Amino acid sequence: MNNMKAEQQYIELFAQCEDLVCRHASEVMNAPRAQALADFERLGFPSVKGEDYKYTDVALAFTPDYGININRLDIPVNPYDVFRCDVPNMSTSLYFVVNDSFYDKELPKANLPEGVYVGGLKTFTEQHPEIAARYYGKAASSSKDGIIALNTMLAQDGFVLYIPKNVVVERPIQLVNIFRSDVDTMANRRILVIMEPHSEAKLLVCDHSIDDVKFLSTQVIEIFAGEGAYFDYYDLEESSESTTRFSSLHVKQEASSNVLVNGITLNNGLTRNNYYIELNGENAETNLCGMSILDKQQQVDTYSHITHAVSHCTSNELFKNVLNDRAVGAFSGRIFVKEGAQKTEAYQTNRNLCATREARMYSKPQLEIYADDVKCSHGMTTGQLDENALFYMQSRGIPRDEARMLLSVAFTADVIDHVRLDVLKDRLHKLVEKRFRGELTKCASCRICK
Amino acid sequence: MLEIKNLHANVNGKEILKGINLSVKAGEIHAIMGPNGSGKSTLSSVLVGNPAFEVTEGEVTFNGKDLLELSPEDRSREGIFLSFQYPVEIPGVSMVNFMRAALNEHRKYNGQPPVSATDFLKLMREKRAIVELDNKLANRSVNEGFSGGEKKRNEIFQMAMLEPKLAILDETDSGLDIDALRIVANGVNKLRTPENAAIVITHYQRLLDYIKPDVVHVLYKGRIVKTAGPELALELEEKGYDWIKKEMGDE
Repeated sequence: MNNMKAEQQYIELFAQCEDLVCRHASEVMNAPRAQALADFERLGFPSVKGEDYKYTDVALAFTPDYGININRLDIPVNPYDVFRCDVPNMSTSLYFVVNDSFYDKELPKANLPEGVYVGGLKTFTEQHPEIAARYYGKAASSSKDGIIALNTMLAQDGFVLYIPKNVVVERPIQLVNIFRSDVDTMANRRILVIMEPHSEAKLLVCDHSIDDVKFLSTQVIEIFAGEGAYFDYYDLEESSESTTRFSSLHVKQEASSNVLVNGITLNNGLTRNNYYIELNGENAETNLCGMSILDKQQQVDTYSHITHAVSHCTSNELFKNVLNDRAVGAFSGRIFVKEGAQKTEAYQTNRNLCATREARMYSKPQLEIYADDVKCSHGMTTGQLDENALFYMQSRGIPRDEARMLLSVAFTADVIDHVRLDVLKDRLHKLVEKRFRGELTKCASCRICK
Repeated sequence: MLEIKNLHANVNGKEILKGINLSVKAGEIHAIMGPNGSGKSTLSSVLVGNPAFEVTEGEVTFNGKDLLELSPEDRSREGIFLSFQYPVEIPGVSMVNFMRAALNEHRKYNGQPPVSATDFLKLMREKRAIVELDNKLANRSVNEGFSGGEKKRNEIFQMAMLEPKLAILDETDSGLDIDALRIVANGVNKLRTPENAAIVITHYQRLLDYIKPDVVHVLYKGRIVKTAGPELALELEEKGYDWIKKEMGDE
């Protein structure tokens, strides 16, 4: 590896504070730490010299000295007071993670079906160690990626959604990750979703940064969709320009399961989103989509890896980016069809709009197919708004800026159309329009935002 | 209403219009005919401010205002409307949103409040009937997947919505079958008032059977070479453009 300078402070921190880290976590979470440390020491942060992290300098992002709340000191905030839901009229069961701690001082009256668990990861892993141990860390391996290793080494809490067999949770569940701190802060978050066979649920996760200090998050999301399970995961980032996020989402799907992952970035600083999806049972379907609207120096780097391990599975992938000013976007999408995974259908589309000469988009589709009876396609375009359409609209009296806005909104519309929740869809259309009008420069949801 | 004096214009550095003079008064319909490449579409593009065309000389006033100084959107709000020869498809932007945005911009320009949702839908319904445009089309994205005839009807529908003072119909008859032609022409005639005017650009007499012009001009090599009454169109139909070319000493 490189000289490991950026890594050293985390290795030293763990050496000094291992006891504290473990004391404020659970056995299930502590079990993989030693291996995670070894993996982190071996791997270090991914390098820009490697193919997969070419456009994001990970070591640089981790070099500043961020505070980590290892001692689990109370953050004086009641999220239910400061947070105004950005998706009103949507009846959700609302939960919070403040920095990296599940907020349990007040909980929604969710009226959840029997056996369902929605809550903090630490508590869940303490109360249900057998179930937790079967899943925790089993989709996101610390031996593959230094950031996952770091997260596994330091994570102390997070969020769990556990839906038992045959249970359908109608009401969407909303988790809001809030960054709240007076000093530069790092949070290592975990989300664990266990969908037992034939269960159904929808989870909306929103990231917000309330304060103007620098925030850095590592997030590891593990989703297990049992046979016939039906699960939606919506991820809406509306953080801040001084927020850096490294998210790694891992999905394992069994036969006939159906998973939708939709990741939308409306406001951020530097974001790296990794998506790893494994289709391990026949007739499983996955819909992976996302979009980002970027300006100033914002950056979103998307990496996806879909594995078709067995036959008769379908994956649809759609990512769109709109880049203004000096924004930078990257998309790398790998579809891997294993030998014998016949009758696979895998479609990938990446479309990007560069609105200025300075904006940069790097896109790379990668198909690796070892079966001969498959339908696979990929398409990538990067371009500008259609001048003819702009002029046509102007000639009807619509100002150029408004015409640009309408075309940009139209460009991203199909990503939002993939949302399987009508209220959220309507709300996203409005948020996107606000974003393009420049009215969403601050996170729109927090009462204490100036 | 419209005064064009000695108008010269280039596209890609090549001079296409070489000194156009034209005067259109309220209530009049002018037909502009001429062979391919004579500059008819360039003239319409210049009048609505298409940035691909560069005016090098001359002036255009519209109701006393210097038209060439106005942005394309302001020309529209002042009451100029171009029915495009090739209407543009705008995937993802619904006709409803598009028309509401356009109408409200016009209203804002005239100091009126935005139109209410009910009034707007009522207006859409009324105006759609003028060109027999299907409700299904009105709910789709602008021009997306429309047939050639539907696109042209959609142009006249937009014209009906915006009620321009001067309508420029750029080969609105091209690509239309007889029925569509009649629907489009009827639409234009229904929208005619003593206060507005129209410039009809066409190759053929056909459209002029339905939309009766007051004045017919022949545009040739960037200049208006002949101006007369409606009988000129009939004469052209009979003799062809070679007759003009001969008269100009080109044959």
